[in-house]
Amino acid sequence: MIITATTIAIVIAMAIALVRAYLGPTTYDRILAVNLFGTITVLFISMFGFMTGRPDFLDIALVYALINFIATIAVLKFFEYGDLSPGRTPEQERDI
Amino acid sequence: MNILAELLAYACLVSGAFFVIVGAIGVIRMPEFYTRLHAASVTETLGSILVIAGLVLLAGFSLVSVKLLMVLLFILFTSCTAVHALAKAAIHGGLMPETDDDD
Amino acid sequence: MKMNHEISLGLSLLTLWLLLSGLYTALLVSLGLASVVLVVYLANRMDVVDREGHPFHLKLMSIFGYWAWLLKEIVLANLDVSRRILHPDLPISPSIVRIQCTQPDDLGKVIYANSITLTPGTVSLEVDERGIEVHALSKEAAETLKKGEMDRRVTEMSTL
Repeated sequence: MIITATTIAIVIAMAIALVRAYLGPTTYDRILAVNLFGTITVLFISMFGFMTGRPDFLDIALVYALINFIATIAVLKFFEYGDLSPGRTPEQERDI
Repeated sequence: MNILAELLAYACLVSGAFFVIVGAIGVIRMPEFYTRLHAASVTETLGSILVIAGLVLLAGFSLVSVKLLMVLLFILFTSCTAVHALAKAAIHGGLMPETDDDD
Repeated sequence: MKMNHEISLGLSLLTLWLLLSGLYTALLVSLGLASVVLVVYLANRMDVVDREGHPFHLKLMSIFGYWAWLLKEIVLANLDVSRRILHPDLPISPSIVRIQCTQPDDLGKVIYANSITLTPGTVSLEVDERGIEVHALSKEAAETLKKGEMDRRVTEMSTL
């Protein structure tokens, strides 16, 4: 009962985060909102595993947490340099 | 299961859900990008700590709790790095923070 | 010295593998061992097995002590930021301050900057040799950080 209520609250939070991703106004706001959405999704997957009584979902949550981080960094790098190749100079490589 | 642990777990879950929603509301309410970063970290720290703590109390002492703690560890390690990278990229991208400074 | 780091990396990878797998048959454990050896070999080739990549020189007990203290700070800061978010007037006063950091090495600075970011209300913007530029949500948060208790604790932990 309480697990279901918590899961619903988390879904509401996901919807609110998506509103910020839609509103913007800058690119960084959208990236922040998507990153937040990803973090809440990790919590949602863990909750969902408990709700349906299948803790195997935790492996997916674990992988999702890591992919969420890599995606954020990759999108940031793409917006800063325009491509995903390794930095052309040591300064650029150090920056990200 | 121990009734006390179960009650504590439900208290953690409810307050965790509360903080997750507060963080999301903060991301909507805050006026500019740098202040939104602070709101997002409410969800990413106390929100996830409480939700995962509640689930750990429900799961008891098993491999499931170890995995849950690992999920929490990854969230805490990655969220602060991602937020720092985001703030730094925004500064480099020319988005200047508004401040209330007197000088 | 490098050998120690390799052994420590291998052992922690093996622990991680055993905890995540949960199935302990001879075939699966030997596959896990093989992948641990492969990863240690690759990490060695990439030259990431060193003091920074695998910092077991930090005192283990002081790390847990520091985490407990950090958790308390995070809870307090969260309550403060949540109160500001839910307050109808939105009582924020964003400011940028420069914090001195006294850590001798890069690892200590990274731990300090990440702790600042992890605490809601303060985000580290720029880290360099002498200090850290911090964006704070409120004047109070900036003042708390300027008192330097976190700095002192991180320095204590990261020096041998």
